[in-house]
Amino acid sequence: MTKITMTVNGKSASGDVEGRTLLVDFLRNDLHLTGTHVGCDTSQCGACTVHVNGKAVKSCTMFAADADGADVQTIEGQANEDGSLNVIQQAFQDHHGLQCGFCTPGMVMAAAELLKNNPKPTEADIRHHLEGNICRCTGYHNIVKSIMAASGQDVSAIAAE
Amino acid sequence: MPKDSGIGASSKRREDIRFLTGTGQYTDDINVQGQAYVHFLRSSVAHGRINSVDTSTAATMPGVVRIFTGADFEGVGGLPCGWQVTDRHGQPMQEPAHPVLAQGKVRHVGDPIAAIVADSASQARDAAEAIVVDIEELSAVIDMKEAVKDGATKVHDDLTSNLCYDWGFVEENKGAVDEAFANAAHVTTLELVNQRLVANPMEPRVAIGEYNRANDESTLYTTSQNPHVIRLLMGAFVLGIPEHKLRVVAPDVGGGFGTKIFHYAEEAFCTFAARQINRAVKWTSSRSESFMSDAQGRDHVTKIELALDADNNFMAIRTDTLANMGAYLSTFAPSVPTWLHGTLMAGNYKTPLIYVNVKAVFTNTVAVDAYRGAGRPEATFQLERLIDKAARELGVDPIALRRQNFITQFPYATPVAVEYDTGNYVATMDKLEQIGDLAGFEARRKKSEANGKLRGLGINCYIEACGIAPSALVGQLGARAGLYDAATVRVNATGTISVMVGAHSHGQGHETAFPQVVAEMLGIDESMIDIVHGDSSKIPFGMGTYGSRSIAVCGSAMVRATEKIINKAKKIASHLLEASEADIELKDGQFSVVGTDKSCAWGDVTLAAYVPHNYPLEEIEPGLEETAFYDPSNFTYPAGAYACEVEVDTATGKVTIERFSAADDFGNVINPMIVSGQVHGGIGQGIGQALLENTVYDENGQLLSGSYMDYAMPRASDVPFFTVDHSCQTPCTHNPLGVKGCGEAGAIGTPPAVVNAVIDALHSGGHTHVTHIDMPVSPSRVWSAING
Repeated sequence: MTKITMTVNGKSASGDVEGRTLLVDFLRNDLHLTGTHVGCDTSQCGACTVHVNGKAVKSCTMFAADADGADVQTIEGQANEDGSLNVIQQAFQDHHGLQCGFCTPGMVMAAAELLKNNPKPTEADIRHHLEGNICRCTGYHNIVKSIMAASGQDVSAIAAE
Repeated sequence: MPKDSGIGASSKRREDIRFLTGTGQYTDDINVQGQAYVHFLRSSVAHGRINSVDTSTAATMPGVVRIFTGADFEGVGGLPCGWQVTDRHGQPMQEPAHPVLAQGKVRHVGDPIAAIVADSASQARDAAEAIVVDIEELSAVIDMKEAVKDGATKVHDDLTSNLCYDWGFVEENKGAVDEAFANAAHVTTLELVNQRLVANPMEPRVAIGEYNRANDESTLYTTSQNPHVIRLLMGAFVLGIPEHKLRVVAPDVGGGFGTKIFHYAEEAFCTFAARQINRAVKWTSSRSESFMSDAQGRDHVTKIELALDADNNFMAIRTDTLANMGAYLSTFAPSVPTWLHGTLMAGNYKTPLIYVNVKAVFTNTVAVDAYRGAGRPEATFQLERLIDKAARELGVDPIALRRQNFITQFPYATPVAVEYDTGNYVATMDKLEQIGDLAGFEARRKKSEANGKLRGLGINCYIEACGIAPSALVGQLGARAGLYDAATVRVNATGTISVMVGAHSHGQGHETAFPQVVAEMLGIDESMIDIVHGDSSKIPFGMGTYGSRSIAVCGSAMVRATEKIINKAKKIASHLLEASEADIELKDGQFSVVGTDKSCAWGDVTLAAYVPHNYPLEEIEPGLEETAFYDPSNFTYPAGAYACEVEVDTATGKVTIERFSAADDFGNVINPMIVSGQVHGGIGQGIGQALLENTVYDENGQLLSGSYMDYAMPRASDVPFFTVDHSCQTPCTHNPLGVKGCGEAGAIGTPPAVVNAVIDALHSGGHTHVTHIDMPVSPSRVWSAING
């Protein structure tokens, strides 16, 4: 067992982990931050996406011990101080970008990274960026639209209903 | 002006708040104090005789609490099948035992042999590796055609063969159908495979069994679409737990698509084991595990024929299918290729004679059961591919051939037992031509060709039967349960409302859409109404969510319960307003006496009901809470027309979806935004089936597509934006909301449109020798078809 300490959503968090403990399991089981989800075991689905030191990372493919000393951001830290939804989260609600919600934390975290590096992405940019995030419910239509809207671009041409 | 509340409003979803902030409560997010964890040791061979299972070393490993094998379930019931199909000769289907843990034999890769319960999940997994299993491998029965041959190895030794049933429908019409074929001016034939799919909701299955020894109560938390069904099946048929001692909770569930309807071994195990060890037992499936334990979908091999007269009218359809059941009968499995498939074979057309034969076959593969569409995608695909093929053979336009044969008079009694209440297939086809800009296709085709790509346009129509189902009817057809649903509307003293419903929301937005209905009926704000679902101890007995039934069946129950509320509320109001009940009108949350300015508010009435000081106690009881159970009188029949445009790169065989349009008729809709989202998702899954997904077993029954490494899920870059429209609305004639349901349409109407488009593209490039390509229409299949 190894003692690790990291910053999670701005707060210090510590625990004892085995060498094989995945970051996602540390977040979910030790820190009780269950918003980050496990949807596969081959690193494809992206439901586990978090930010580690400012980069989107699949937390199922990283050991918790490797995040010792890191700055970790999860879905639980995305809302505004007063609890209201941030721009990306609000866009997802406005444009029905989620149905069952299971892939959603990963989608929001992936979108956050995209918009940080590419503030006005094209439709193709968004779809390409989401290759590591699988959704089974939405057909991606409203997810792409939500991210486009979150970037401040006009989505009125994309059929709503 | 679009509405901003009530029926027809695209109200934003309330459930989004918790999902977007990571505060949803999915089953794996739940932890019970002191819980143990179970890991299932599963068969790595497709067929074998279990000689011994040596758990002695494993039992001593750190953290191991207890190891269970099939022997521990000798006195316990097997997993039941909920639908008994009768064959062509009036005999019941063959129904094998389905033990919770394998007994005697393993029958598919993934069949659970032992269950290791330990203090942690990793300790359980570690101990599993120390279990020594001696299995004598037997030859695996994988190919359905081989499985039904005389002398084939039997999946179940105690059955006479691997044939579950040989079903004919309508058997009495077979002779007339054959005669119509003999006299036809033209016959089109198509052989096809509707490939096996893995549903893959993004949340893998989870179960937590909990036991309270003090009051002998068991609780099961499970990723289910229908908690009451699980409670009934597990309590009555497997574990013998009386219903009042068994609570089943399906909390937030991350997608279902049918796969989470069924009662599974793992949830029975967790419930049973918790009672044995007096500790909660939790199981979380891994994705690879789900590939070998979740019920899979489709898997039909079909030959279908269409007889036409000299004027291109459809005279008869004859279709023969081998339908894979897998190694065991899952809960609804026998009904999918029969009653949910054969009864849709008329499609949108006036074909007077139809005969459907289905042979359901056991093989050494994972069990097959309903998956989004459940039988209707299979029916639609074979029918619409066939019609397209016929159009090409006859040299007629595929839309014109369909229009010529459309049903135009309703109600319409099909030759396959169902009667369509209402529809307008001309309208949805007209709408499709408009929203899909079909007139502009040829110009788009030329542009694609200038860029070195072939472009194709694929059209199809669909109809489906939703809103299952009238209980008496399905009972006659072999269902072992009723298919009504229920709602309790509980009005509180200050006027807020809780509606407890038997339906379950795992993505469909019921927490938002259902209050819209009640709000509209009462004229109060949606925010005053909350939906309670998923917990069998809180909700009346309902059959859950699948078959696009929630709004049609549970929604109708909710309407009936609300009508009872309004009825009683008016009685109270008439007392408060000193008027006769007949003169009381409820509008916008106010009760008024017609023709006067006397009125009182909703809140006045609700308070009076719970503080009955000024109240007609001699006539009515205090309180304001009503329940309704609704048994539908018919299925509902959504229908539509879809158009897909693809580009094909003949050098690589790659197909891209360039444009996709869907014109659906769902009758009335409650929340248009949610409805469109349902269609989008169905289209995404349909494109997945058409181009990408395939569940592959080798000849030894090894599951080659066992994870996302090998099973191609559609991603955002595989699909474009879709154009969906549901403004063509022929309201359902037999439920109070006039709704038809919309959850499965996309998955039903999409695959034929895509494949029709690919064939069209290839033909436009002169590759007219290609008359069909089986799904998934992968680059290698396209390339081989072109060059074959």
